[in-house]
Amino acid sequence: MTEQTATVEIPHHHDETGTRLGFWLFLYTELFLFAAFFLIYAVYRSNYLVEFRTAAESLNTGIGTQNTIILLASSLTMVLSLNALKAGKARMAKTFLQFTITLGLAFLVIKGFEWGAKFDHHLFLQTTKGIAAGEGSLLLNPSAEMLPVGQVLFFGLYFIMTGTHALHIVIGLIWMIIVYVWISKGSINPDNYGTLERCGLYWHLVDLIWIFLFPLYYLVA
Amino acid sequence: MEPSQSGSYLQSHTSSRWTKGFMSWFMSTDHKRIGIMYGVSMFSFFGLAVLLGFFIKLQKLFPAASGWEIIPPELYGSFFTLHAVIMIFLFIVPGAPAILGNFFLPLQIGAKDVAFPRVNLLSYWLYLFGAVMAVAGIVLGGADTGWTFTPPYSVTTKTISLFGFTVDSVSWMLVATFILGWGTILTGINFIVTIHRMRAEGMTFFKMPLFTWSIYATSWLQVLATPVVGITLLMIVIERILPVGFFDPAKGGDPILFQHLFWIYSHPAVYIMILPSMGLISEIIPTNSQKSIFGYKSIAIASCSIAGVGYLLWAHHMFTTGISDFAAILFSFLTFLVAIPTAIKVFNWTATLYKGSIVLTPPMLFALAFIFNFSIGGLTGMFLGSLSTDIHLHDTDFVVAHFHYTMFGGAAFGIIAGIYHYFSKMFGKMYSMKWANRSFIFMFIGFNTLYFPMLILGFFGMPRRYHTYPDIPVYNNLQMLSTFGSWILVTGVVLVLGTWIHGLIKGKRTTEQNPWNSSTLEWQTATPPTLFNFEEAVVVTREPYDYHGFREDVKNGKAAGVIHD
Repeated sequence: MTEQTATVEIPHHHDETGTRLGFWLFLYTELFLFAAFFLIYAVYRSNYLVEFRTAAESLNTGIGTQNTIILLASSLTMVLSLNALKAGKARMAKTFLQFTITLGLAFLVIKGFEWGAKFDHHLFLQTTKGIAAGEGSLLLNPSAEMLPVGQVLFFGLYFIMTGTHALHIVIGLIWMIIVYVWISKGSINPDNYGTLERCGLYWHLVDLIWIFLFPLYYLVA
Repeated sequence: MEPSQSGSYLQSHTSSRWTKGFMSWFMSTDHKRIGIMYGVSMFSFFGLAVLLGFFIKLQKLFPAASGWEIIPPELYGSFFTLHAVIMIFLFIVPGAPAILGNFFLPLQIGAKDVAFPRVNLLSYWLYLFGAVMAVAGIVLGGADTGWTFTPPYSVTTKTISLFGFTVDSVSWMLVATFILGWGTILTGINFIVTIHRMRAEGMTFFKMPLFTWSIYATSWLQVLATPVVGITLLMIVIERILPVGFFDPAKGGDPILFQHLFWIYSHPAVYIMILPSMGLISEIIPTNSQKSIFGYKSIAIASCSIAGVGYLLWAHHMFTTGISDFAAILFSFLTFLVAIPTAIKVFNWTATLYKGSIVLTPPMLFALAFIFNFSIGGLTGMFLGSLSTDIHLHDTDFVVAHFHYTMFGGAAFGIIAGIYHYFSKMFGKMYSMKWANRSFIFMFIGFNTLYFPMLILGFFGMPRRYHTYPDIPVYNNLQMLSTFGSWILVTGVVLVLGTWIHGLIKGKRTTEQNPWNSSTLEWQTATPPTLFNFEEAVVVTREPYDYHGFREDVKNGKAAGVIHD
């Protein structure tokens, strides 16, 4: 093949509506990722109604409510940040974004303490010893000190679902920091705020998922 | 129009930093280069999986009682798992959209590229990363779970020790498929947005070629279904690392729930596999009959209804798991329902042939073989969809033969037909017709000799996934015939790949725009296409398969219904 070096610059093509459509489809796939978990939750809750209620009593509703308020507030500051940028106030947008990041971090810290307390009470993974001993899954080795059948599932789902949610918070935080830098550099500006808007949409989705996680775990007791 | 646009995409570049050699491809955001990179990678993996399949059939040549053992039982399990993982996740699911969809979707709708070229490249990288990871899995011990990874076996199956480290090769392969899934989702999103936002002026939805329609339906399935299987497979990884007990009855979990979640994706996935190939056949048949396709709109709508109904019949894989009778009857009914749009397509293709000026080019031969094989595949599917016969045929070689008739004889024959059809447009070179025809004869005869006996074997009760069989004459003869067929088929595959490679290296150079006299838009541009596909802005005025108007336009010296401003 004759290799000539005819390099062509791609003509600037930016279709904001198309990007938004693509991003909404992406958000849909994120939602469906959680939908599988919600489906499993629904099936097992209908199978183990009483056990789920008993298990939920050991979750601290106060902490859960705190975290819900924190996330809702962070969604608000996110909207304010976008509005400020649209109005041409880049500095104010950055300040609100700082608030959002701080609130997101606060959520993670509280969640971390909550998880730690659960581990201390051995509400998860009674079988870690078995794994360390190389015995593999509980299927091979039903453990004697296991929680009652339905409660194991409750805590398993609790950790996996809030864990996946926390992972999304982390991704959202990283994205916000990148967006913050870009606003500082001026590549995201009042005329080109699409990236901040999409970051906001993502953050609202993460918030929305928590709105469903909160009653399913903290309020069913 | 920039002056530098002239010159084919093989010489012009989208990247200003890498203009030569490997990196000019690997870093390119040009949809045509990405399509070809997918093609090279996929057919490499395809060759590997064919080799595994060859050994699987060789093992079945004689029964174990005769002392014949080419592969020990555990390795046999790993072989058919990897064969399936490669064929399904690395070849047939992403195959037609990624190779031919990437290359021809923008050309068919008159666009310069896909909507998100950089995301497109990212999809390819995800694909390659996941693919290499999956294949490396067999070096790390492989998985003998079957491609469905059904628990509890997939949770309890042993890990191996390698250089003193415990390697969990099953989790490894599950993570690989998860990564592949994200590549698929991103491609799907990309194509949907491209079709919605980037159609040329005058290219209404019902002027889109049928391949584009099938890619559109496929992309929706990819976006709607893949996230569910992604998370389901990850849950098996979670079960292996932290035994939560989601699918473990000892902890109250339900293994059947996994099967539901798995098939919610994996049944639509079979339509992800077959729809693009149906689209290719809908391009090849009118071109080689020189006649407008029969029932254009019904084929387009059938693609979408197959995608829609295909989403709702997953539990027909689970008739023997003890689901309720009501559910079983419902899913059986829905299975029969999906046969209707599928049959509409087959009837439309045959009606297109009627009174056409049929030219038996190599792509046409493969397309006709597609109709033949796919009809057998589809009809045997009806046997499996009816509740009583399914009890008898479940988990036998009948099932294996059925899905090979649809997936290999259907989908893969379609992809091969498509590449024969578009070869000169893609590379500006032509393969040897003589060898292409020979490759077809070997493929077609080999394929049917391999899989038809398996239908009968399954009917006689030969279970699938067993590495041997009892020493009785009916099994011996049919198994031997089937293995002979595999040798002919492998020869056919070698001939197909050989014809392409020979065509690439030694083939006759051609710049002929439209060698098959096709009326659709992708042929009305330079061969090979320029970097931005069309030299000037495209305005579409004609229906895609209006051969009468096409011939008028050619007579008047116009480039076939495309008005250049």
